[in-house]
Amino acid sequence: MATLNDYLLVSGLLFAIGLAGVVLRRNIIIVFMCLELMLSAANLSLVAFSRFNTVNGLPDYNGQMLVFFVITVAAAEVAVGLAIIVALYRSRQTIHTDELTSLQG
Amino acid sequence: MPSYIFWLLAAVMLGGGTAVVALRNPVSSALAVVTCFVGLAGLFIGLSAFFVGIIQILVYTGAVMVLFLFIIMLLDIKTEQHRVRGFAPMVAGLGLVVAFVAQLCCVLARMPNKIAPAIDQATLGGAAAGFPAGGKIAAALTAGRLPDVHLIGHTLFTTYNLPLQILGVILLVATVGVVVLSKQSPARGNDESSNKSF
Repeated sequence: MATLNDYLLVSGLLFAIGLAGVVLRRNIIIVFMCLELMLSAANLSLVAFSRFNTVNGLPDYNGQMLVFFVITVAAAEVAVGLAIIVALYRSRQTIHTDELTSLQG
Repeated sequence: MPSYIFWLLAAVMLGGGTAVVALRNPVSSALAVVTCFVGLAGLFIGLSAFFVGIIQILVYTGAVMVLFLFIIMLLDIKTEQHRVRGFAPMVAGLGLVVAFVAQLCCVLARMPNKIAPAIDQATLGGAAAGFPAGGKIAAALTAGRLPDVHLIGHTLFTTYNLPLQILGVILLVATVGVVVLSKQSPARGNDESSNKSF
């Protein structure tokens, strides 16, 4: 049987992979995918806590509700973010963060 | 869930995640995200969160990643030619990640470890008392099954009804926002075409 710490370790590793992608990659779409990985890592730890802390013999459904809300908001966020990326590509013809430096002081 | 299935699914998930960062072609990265999310959905189902596991597949790998692939192919993005310039950003990024993982290991080493409490016929039958007698949830719990979807629906429409309504408004706002963002303003379109003609 996998213990709670195993789940938290795996979830933390997935978060670290997502963080590495956000910091290292220069393609803005891949940065965006790595943000999704980080959200999913948080979801995994929420579901693990929900299963390992039973209330009246059932999993704690408050945790799973939070996961449900996170997934829905993430879907809305992806739609808006991809629309922004398409608008950005139309005006600048690039999606590499190296070449988007107008906001740099 | 037996331990080896957990580690197998965790390996699929982490391997997919690593491939997202490592692969150069954005389409390969998107498919690696799909692999990662399939492993993650397996872990959810192993934690007896069946509904969350299924919507992870339907919403993330079904809708969100197809949207990503659609945008990648729409913009016709080629394989990345230049990667991180210089040594310093790479070292800084990896250092940040290594520091995070080290901190995580320290925290987990101090945390008391926990075994999953059993969910079986006895606990489910005991939980049936908290739900209206004669209802679907109570019947399934008495029969020793975990009516995951019914319980999620029950919680969603009683305790979390107001957040659910707010979520509906958020989705509506996002839909309208996407339409506004992707509509090209006619004035700017004319400017671009006139610039090109010069």
